[in-house]
Amino acid sequence: MAPDNAQLTLDHIVESLPHMRTSLSGLREIILANTVMVSEIPAPTFREQERMRFLSDRFRESNLHNIATDEAGNCMAVLPGNRGERNLLICAHADTAFDESADHTVSLQTDTISGAGLADNSLGLAVVASIPTVLERLGLALESNLVFLGAGKSLGRGNLQGLRFFLDNAQLPFGFGLCVEGVYLGRLSFSGLGMLRGELTCTVARRAHRTRSGETSAIAAINQVITRILAIPLPGEPKTSIILGSILCGGSFNLPTRSARLRFEIRSKQTGMVSRIREEIKEIVEAVGSEPNVEVELEIVAQLRPGGIAFRHPLVRSTRRIIKALGIAPRIAPSVGDLSAMIAKKIPSVTLGITTGDQSQQGDTLAIDPIFSGIAQVVAVLKAMDGGLCNGD
Amino acid sequence: MAIEQWLKTNTFHHGEFWDILKMIEVKKEKGLTISLCIPTLNEEKTIGKEVVIFKSELMDRYPLLDEIAVVDSGSTDSTRDVAASFGADVYLSAKILPRMGFKRGKGENLWKAIYQLKGDIICYVDADIKNIHPRFCYGLVAPLIYQDSIKYVKAFYDRPLAFSEGIRPSGGGRVTEILVRPLFSLFFPELTAILQPLSGEYAVRREVLQELPFPIGYGVETSHILDVYRKWGLQALGQTDLDQRVHRNQTTLALGRMSFGILQTFLRRIQHYGMGDNLTELSSVYRQFQAHYDHYEQITFDIPEEERPPMISVPAYQRKFKVRPVEEAIQ
Repeated sequence: MAPDNAQLTLDHIVESLPHMRTSLSGLREIILANTVMVSEIPAPTFREQERMRFLSDRFRESNLHNIATDEAGNCMAVLPGNRGERNLLICAHADTAFDESADHTVSLQTDTISGAGLADNSLGLAVVASIPTVLERLGLALESNLVFLGAGKSLGRGNLQGLRFFLDNAQLPFGFGLCVEGVYLGRLSFSGLGMLRGELTCTVARRAHRTRSGETSAIAAINQVITRILAIPLPGEPKTSIILGSILCGGSFNLPTRSARLRFEIRSKQTGMVSRIREEIKEIVEAVGSEPNVEVELEIVAQLRPGGIAFRHPLVRSTRRIIKALGIAPRIAPSVGDLSAMIAKKIPSVTLGITTGDQSQQGDTLAIDPIFSGIAQVVAVLKAMDGGLCNGD
Repeated sequence: MAIEQWLKTNTFHHGEFWDILKMIEVKKEKGLTISLCIPTLNEEKTIGKEVVIFKSELMDRYPLLDEIAVVDSGSTDSTRDVAASFGADVYLSAKILPRMGFKRGKGENLWKAIYQLKGDIICYVDADIKNIHPRFCYGLVAPLIYQDSIKYVKAFYDRPLAFSEGIRPSGGGRVTEILVRPLFSLFFPELTAILQPLSGEYAVRREVLQELPFPIGYGVETSHILDVYRKWGLQALGQTDLDQRVHRNQTTLALGRMSFGILQTFLRRIQHYGMGDNLTELSSVYRQFQAHYDHYEQITFDIPEEERPPMISVPAYQRKFKVRPVEEAIQ
């Protein structure tokens, strides 16, 4: 017999994991169907409306309360708890990095599921859509209110706008937050990196009196910028990195390109480090931009502060134990995703991954079987939060 | 029945049937059972998704379907294993009614499904649909649940605004526009109102299916429409707009072979109905030509449009379903 919440211990939760996992595999078709249907609705950042409509329908079919889509395009719903004294937030971002024109067809084999944007984050959203059914089938009723959120405008230029708006305007105080990502099972994020996402544009003026062979290409200019960025000294600890994400420029063999664009991201665990690197990049922009006929512009499109809860926080401790009990080694990794918005609001939160697999620009291939461990871990962490087993000082 | 009137009363959009719970209620009131049949031949890439979507949405979440069956022609890939692993009942066509033998063709699977499946309504859905959705089934069975006068519901589709290379919409299919619609316009003008007579998705009442002869090849959809129209009239037919359908594209040469099979079936029906006299014995050999450097090579395909008799005439079926053949069963 399941203990009531007053007697619930982490031991009870851990002991229930094998049974929970087995029961979840009985919901395989429902979970996979949600994953397929979510994934096949294109949802590039800022255009997640149709996916939110699907989520809203699923929440309605699960008889959740307060189903609403807010001004920022987030979709939320509430599963009222028995006592409702505390609110837990479970969320997944709804947007993906794939445009509408990409092939969103999902393919399902006996052991794997494949398609664009599954890992980041169609599977995560499908899990959030499936949790009400999962709780019902497992016969689990929480004491706390469980608030479900599909967050919009999260990736890239979205800069977590959806979740930030929700947290700024939600009338409910949240005791804990849980962010769900498609990959990787075992991932445990409880802190956020400082992050800056920027776009550098180099433009070269046309000089009518010169022959084409004498003209400067924007590629040469952006190359100068990149060379100088790569020369910026970075500390090994705390870990700091500059990721050069993409270059957009040119298209021919023999015409100098007028414009080139570099997208990059700076990440650091150290407070102030991202700002220091940003200032160095600004100097590079001024230096290269001072050359004749070359113009360089820097646009900051997203920025996050580092922060989070401590490794010894009861939420992290409980989550680690749950992950280990499933036979999985926890992979501690700081986040630059939704978790950062939770951290900014001082809500003790973690991000968890659901399954294993390969993620790529051409499409992801994810393993089906580990999904049930991934969902069991989510349910167990919610139970631990609900049972007061994650309360900090 | 005038085409305009039929289009108003017997043409639907799947969006009209969003309330699946209501549909299930009416289904229960009428005591109906519904089977989904997916005919397959080497469809391992798409079959898993189809089974999962239909089982999750129309069995587990909304109990509209009473069974989901895959009837396979003898796939050499993992189609049957994948389908079974996601919970479909999987049958090898050759093992159904073994005394009747086995013929290779989609029509054979559809015909044998009438014996193997138990539903009062059977909904057939092709296995190669890339954008599968529950509407592909509930959009077709809904008119049969709500309107007793409708017996046979075909799917039709819109053209997507954009589609990637190698994938094309079936809306306004080439064989329909170049072959079937002209034939219908000549011989059965009312049937031109059926926008996509060749679509592989349709739902039919058992009482009708069991009385239809089944060409085993390309002509099965065309012959169904002609036979249902002749026996029950236009009012027995319905059609539902299922929006987009994305599937594999077929080459023009493959469509030529398909057209040849359909034309054979059509001409035989015309002859049978007494509408076309003096047709010579039809050849079952289709000829195409391949250009080489110094000569043209003739390539021949034997495409016999064999037919299975109405299922109600099969003794094993009569015993299983406790029915007796009706005099006027279509021959």
